[in-house]
Amino acid sequence: MSKDSLLSISNLTVKFGGLTALDDVFLNLESNQVVGLIGPNGAGKTTLFNAICGIVEPTSGKLTLNGKSHDWPATHELTSLGISRTLQGVGLFPDLTVAENVMIGAQKFAKTGLISAGFGRNKLDEEELRGRAQWALERVYSGSLADKRADALSYPDTKRVAIARALVSEPKILMLDEPAGGLGAQDIEWMNGLIRNLRSEMSILIVEHHMDVVMSVCDELYVLNFGEVIASGSAETVRRDPAVIAAYLGTGVA
Amino acid sequence: MSQFLDMFLIGISAASIYALMAISMVLVWRSTRVVNFAQAGMALLSAYIGYELVSRTGNFWISLPLAMILGAAFSAFIEFFLMRTLLKHSNQGPIAAIAPIIATLGLLGVIRAVIGFIWGHGDVQLEAPLSKVGYKFGDTTLFIGPMGLFVICFVVALLLVVTIVFQKTNIGLALRASAYAPEIAQLSGIRVSGIRTLGWAIAGAAGAAAGILQTVNGTGGLTPESLEFSLLLVFGFIAAVIGGLESLPGAVLGAVILGLVLAFVQIYISGTLVFIVAFILLLAVLILRPQGFLGSKAGRRA
Repeated sequence: MSKDSLLSISNLTVKFGGLTALDDVFLNLESNQVVGLIGPNGAGKTTLFNAICGIVEPTSGKLTLNGKSHDWPATHELTSLGISRTLQGVGLFPDLTVAENVMIGAQKFAKTGLISAGFGRNKLDEEELRGRAQWALERVYSGSLADKRADALSYPDTKRVAIARALVSEPKILMLDEPAGGLGAQDIEWMNGLIRNLRSEMSILIVEHHMDVVMSVCDELYVLNFGEVIASGSAETVRRDPAVIAAYLGTGVA
Repeated sequence: MSQFLDMFLIGISAASIYALMAISMVLVWRSTRVVNFAQAGMALLSAYIGYELVSRTGNFWISLPLAMILGAAFSAFIEFFLMRTLLKHSNQGPIAAIAPIIATLGLLGVIRAVIGFIWGHGDVQLEAPLSKVGYKFGDTTLFIGPMGLFVICFVVALLLVVTIVFQKTNIGLALRASAYAPEIAQLSGIRVSGIRTLGWAIAGAAGAAAGILQTVNGTGGLTPESLEFSLLLVFGFIAAVIGGLESLPGAVLGAVILGLVLAFVQIYISGTLVFIVAFILLLAVLILRPQGFLGSKAGRRA
């Protein structure tokens, strides 16, 4: 493990009843690196994301953050630890405005409790969070969407707003769950550009099916199949790995 | 004309109490997906606590907010120590749907028993702090007097506070986000379990106000077996369903519709038809518009 490792996972196993969803999985993410998780459906990519996010409980495994051993975080602690994540289903709140949707991601900056809200602190909070939301929207070039209702957005716009909601907490690690899923060629190109821009300020972990996205933005790839890491390394190495070819083409490994 | 005005005033004063009850049902439903049958018991307990506070302090105006705070604390306590454990352990299969129903019904029985144990089974009187004699305009005496007017104004003020908290504060945003998509709220750094407890607490305060205002605005009599409070639960629930069960403005709208329809039936047709009409209204809404008037059709999907 190199010394600027931000997030590192070793020996991670997740079992659901008798089913082993992840088996002895490892992963390493360094500063300003883009790491992709690929693999066939059901390979355990989302489970790995969920384990990092405290949504599923690991059966065993070690987690290191900033080079120090750390407990598996609870979901609501993630943003304070500098980790933020988008979901496959996007998950915007339809009856809130875009700005409000993004503000939800900025909870860690809210200072007001319920009691102090009664004493006018709230106004300051509201302004600060709104400012941060605007800043996050500008970063995905969607500042003009702020006052629209989320259910009035086009699909590609909802994807941008979901990323803004993840960015507003100023993460050091951004986890993107299928950022290009459901997008057309032009929007995929746009997403590639965004990811390349963002990597100058943070590390990015991506689950993605679109091979051209993965190959064009990722520095390093981990290939999962049946819950195990079957290959890892640079895009070029992984692409030529016989185990990967077999997993994707469905032929037995000679 | 005076009959019509009476109908309107009866409807609105009933609606104001249904609205509080409906709001507490909606808040609990939104935060934990539980229909809280114990709400009737919690409101009744708050009315008894209100009675106890009034007889000790001699001051209704201090006792009302105090009882609301205690109602909130009790409700939060139930969520934290009972419901949280229950929902965590019975969260799969058919039992996940049944357990909260049995638990809250059981709790309703426990609360009534405890009330009987502490205050006895006889009638207890919580006196109205204001006159209930109707205002007079010339020859006509209106249906409501100072007490009734206070109830309506107090409820409207509470509704305004709730609206401001939900629409304008960051806590309100957290409450709404946790209700709509707990997973996303959590990923955004919201401590959803705490927000759930807060939802129950606000519901407890609203229920406490409903219980006390219902009592002082009515006969003032309280018994542990009070039928009045069971009906309050039913009407609050119907109002909540008319509004879509998810929506706070919907709950208020449902309460106003229910209150006015029942008042109309009571004045122009017959008082004995009130419950039948209430259930017909409930069935009609469930059949014709199951998502309620202000509920979202898509339901709750992130």
